[in-house]
Amino acid sequence: MSSLEATQNQTGIPNGKLGMWLFLASEVMLFGGLLSSYVILRTGSPNFGMPARELLGVPWATLNTFVLITSSVSMVLALSAMQDGRIPAFRNFMLLTITLGFVFLGIKSYEYWHKISEGITITSSLFGSFYFTLTGLHALHVIGGIVFNIYVLVQGLKGKIINPDHPDRLEYAGLYWHFVDVVWVFLFPLIYLI
Amino acid sequence: MNSTHHEPTFVQRYIFSLDHKVIGLQYMITSMIFLLVGFSFMLIMRWQLAFPGHPIPVIGHWLPGWIAPGGVLVPDAYNMLGAMHGTIMIFLGVVPLGVGAFGNYVLPLQIGAPDMAFPRLNMMSYWVYFMGGIVMLGSFLCPGGPAQSGWTSYAPLSVIAGSGQTVWIIGMIFLITSSLFGSINFLVTAINMRAPGLTWFRLPVFVWAQVVTAILLLIAFPVLEAGSILQLLDRVAGTSFFIPAGLIIDGVPMTRAGGGSVLLWQHLFWFLAHPEVYVLILPAMGIVAEILANGTRKPLFGYKEIVGSMIFIGLLSFFVWAHHMFLSGMKSSLAKGFTTTTMIISVPSVAILTCLILSLMGGSIRYRSPMLYALGFLPMFGIGGLTGLPLGFTVTDIYLHDTYYVIGHFHYVVVTGSLIALMGGVVYWFPKFYGRRMNECWNKIHFWLTIIFMNGIFFPMFIQGIAGVQRRLYDPTIQLHNVIVQPTNIFMSASALCLMLTQSIFVVNFFYSMFKGEKTEENPWQATTLEWACPSPPPHGNFTSLPTVYRGPYEYSVPGRSTDWWPQNASN
Amino acid sequence: MKNEHSKAMIKTYLAVFGALAVLTALTVMVSTLHLPRVPAVALAVLIALVKASLITAFFMHMKSEGRLIAGIFLASLFFLLVLIIPVIIDIGF
Repeated sequence: MSSLEATQNQTGIPNGKLGMWLFLASEVMLFGGLLSSYVILRTGSPNFGMPARELLGVPWATLNTFVLITSSVSMVLALSAMQDGRIPAFRNFMLLTITLGFVFLGIKSYEYWHKISEGITITSSLFGSFYFTLTGLHALHVIGGIVFNIYVLVQGLKGKIINPDHPDRLEYAGLYWHFVDVVWVFLFPLIYLI
Repeated sequence: MNSTHHEPTFVQRYIFSLDHKVIGLQYMITSMIFLLVGFSFMLIMRWQLAFPGHPIPVIGHWLPGWIAPGGVLVPDAYNMLGAMHGTIMIFLGVVPLGVGAFGNYVLPLQIGAPDMAFPRLNMMSYWVYFMGGIVMLGSFLCPGGPAQSGWTSYAPLSVIAGSGQTVWIIGMIFLITSSLFGSINFLVTAINMRAPGLTWFRLPVFVWAQVVTAILLLIAFPVLEAGSILQLLDRVAGTSFFIPAGLIIDGVPMTRAGGGSVLLWQHLFWFLAHPEVYVLILPAMGIVAEILANGTRKPLFGYKEIVGSMIFIGLLSFFVWAHHMFLSGMKSSLAKGFTTTTMIISVPSVAILTCLILSLMGGSIRYRSPMLYALGFLPMFGIGGLTGLPLGFTVTDIYLHDTYYVIGHFHYVVVTGSLIALMGGVVYWFPKFYGRRMNECWNKIHFWLTIIFMNGIFFPMFIQGIAGVQRRLYDPTIQLHNVIVQPTNIFMSASALCLMLTQSIFVVNFFYSMFKGEKTEENPWQATTLEWACPSPPPHGNFTSLPTVYRGPYEYSVPGRSTDWWPQNASN
Repeated sequence: MKNEHSKAMIKTYLAVFGALAVLTALTVMVSTLHLPRVPAVALAVLIALVKASLITAFFMHMKSEGRLIAGIFLASLFFLLVLIIPVIIDIGF
């Protein structure tokens, strides 16, 4: 049966990669649907409850943006290292990616605590509702990404499923992680800067 | 998959199987049970419609007091049964049957693949669906009963409804997840795992239908998921995504922040729910196409036109959703746009039906039972489609919206259309599933009785709708203008009961034939497509060696050949 | 040979990193100018699109993938527009 599967691939794109891109397309619609709702109500609602800019915590969010972008770079460098067979570099870059993921969550948690203490909660206004929903769902995806990254780190160090000849799952984890970064690239200006 | 060192256990083989065929049959049996459950809810409602205020006979006193005290259905329970009927029939019945069952079983076979691209994901897809179904049924145990805000769950009613509505949303999230797993699997399988020589335009129409359906589900469902998350938060966290400011319920102003929009829910919901209706019909059209080509012993008329129309329908289906919202208070300029796109989308639908009808021309028709179902589909879908036109025009929809006319329209398309085709599919592929035939005579009796009783239920709905009878009305006689058509309700309810009784023929035939049916060979219908080029039932891995495809899917009655069918994979 | 290729890739990744950092700083600075709403939103979305394109093209290797993958991603963006435009016309203003 496995020999049958091995010979059948019409496009040359591995099943897993195609599957991951299709999954990301659906995620575009999920986050897009939520973000659209935010934009629509932000422009159209008579009482959206947008707080003053000072309360938004732009500096922390900007820092978080850099954190996530850096983690994206380290992720793609980890992939490059694995493809070259440089396992220690792979390990270091993956650890950096995972650590930065935790840093992102940490800063996010601080932000949440700060907002709640300023009176911006999930029910205080439409802004609060959207803020916590959008960034909360994003944070859940970050957690998922961290788990996936830890998995590929372990598998990559074991060398059996993920190795220089078959870095596929590492690549898929990268695709997912970069996507999570792309979502934040849109969330950041639309929530904090406009 | 399983280690080759030991025989798979019963659990591995039949419960948590990774084989697309087992999963397909799991979907089939489960979805058919849910169809019967959803139908039963409607039978209770139909008694109330025919004889408002009268105790339900026989089972009335068995029903719990909060549904039918003294055997008389209460209005809230009527709404609950209505909401759950719609939800169950669509999301637990027809789609899992058309996509989960037939798609899973037949698609890999028709493309010459040993299984789906992701067998474990496939298994999870079924079990998440199953759990979603349990959650949905479990909502009946909630205090206050299950969801009662329609299958459409419009805000703000759905936001303030009882806890059953929350369980409904959770159930929907399970079902959306299952669907997502499935669509990814179907698309990767169809794109990557076609056998050598099986180019896109040599694919059976059924495969095209499944591919377009999978794309619709992949893109549209996440938007409903987004909306569901927002509605869930409105319900449990006190947010106001769909709650406008200053809303007053029972004389008490809501204390929430407000600012939300009820129309936003409708837009998010229908953005999925409109493509959803094409998800309901496309697999059925695919099945009809397969049966017609085989039963007429000639190629389909307009294969490329059918495929092109399906793709066009898929694309356009994202541009028409607000025709469900003409009377919602949305901007009339938008309504103009949506009525235009709605009129346009009727063109490819008619094109497909026309091609299917013209496929009969010059055919040497074999009136076996699958053919009856396929032939029955054609005029029924014609009625369903044509009755949709006045609904797509804003001007006429103003009168017909939320009347029984709408219910008649969509039941014609889904029940006399899709469901007839799906039953035809069961009958057509049954020999492949089990290596045995269903009883032909009983199938024919089942077909005729079914189609007659279905028409008996749904045709009078057009008359009722034009008379102005509103939907979701517990007691039609409370409106004076309904009284004149009230007798049709008795006729319709009697037809419904007869329809249910008729299904026992199908159920008995199905299960009896599974074990005692006449044994059949590999290709009893003498068909050309790849699913018939392997044993019945196919072993694990389907094909002993990878088939190679040399020609199109419907090479029937090719001049100069000794047999009237030329399999796709025959090398000479 | 593989080493040359990967060295070139790494240079590209770091260049993109630099560009992303600059664009992030830019978008924050622009937001402090308090432009009127429409240009502010347009500029913010534009910069975000450029950043997203860089990540997609270079980190996700979209640039070296075929039309199918690009088509899938672009199709999802297209359908997102199909959702947002009519709805924002209806209830956005």
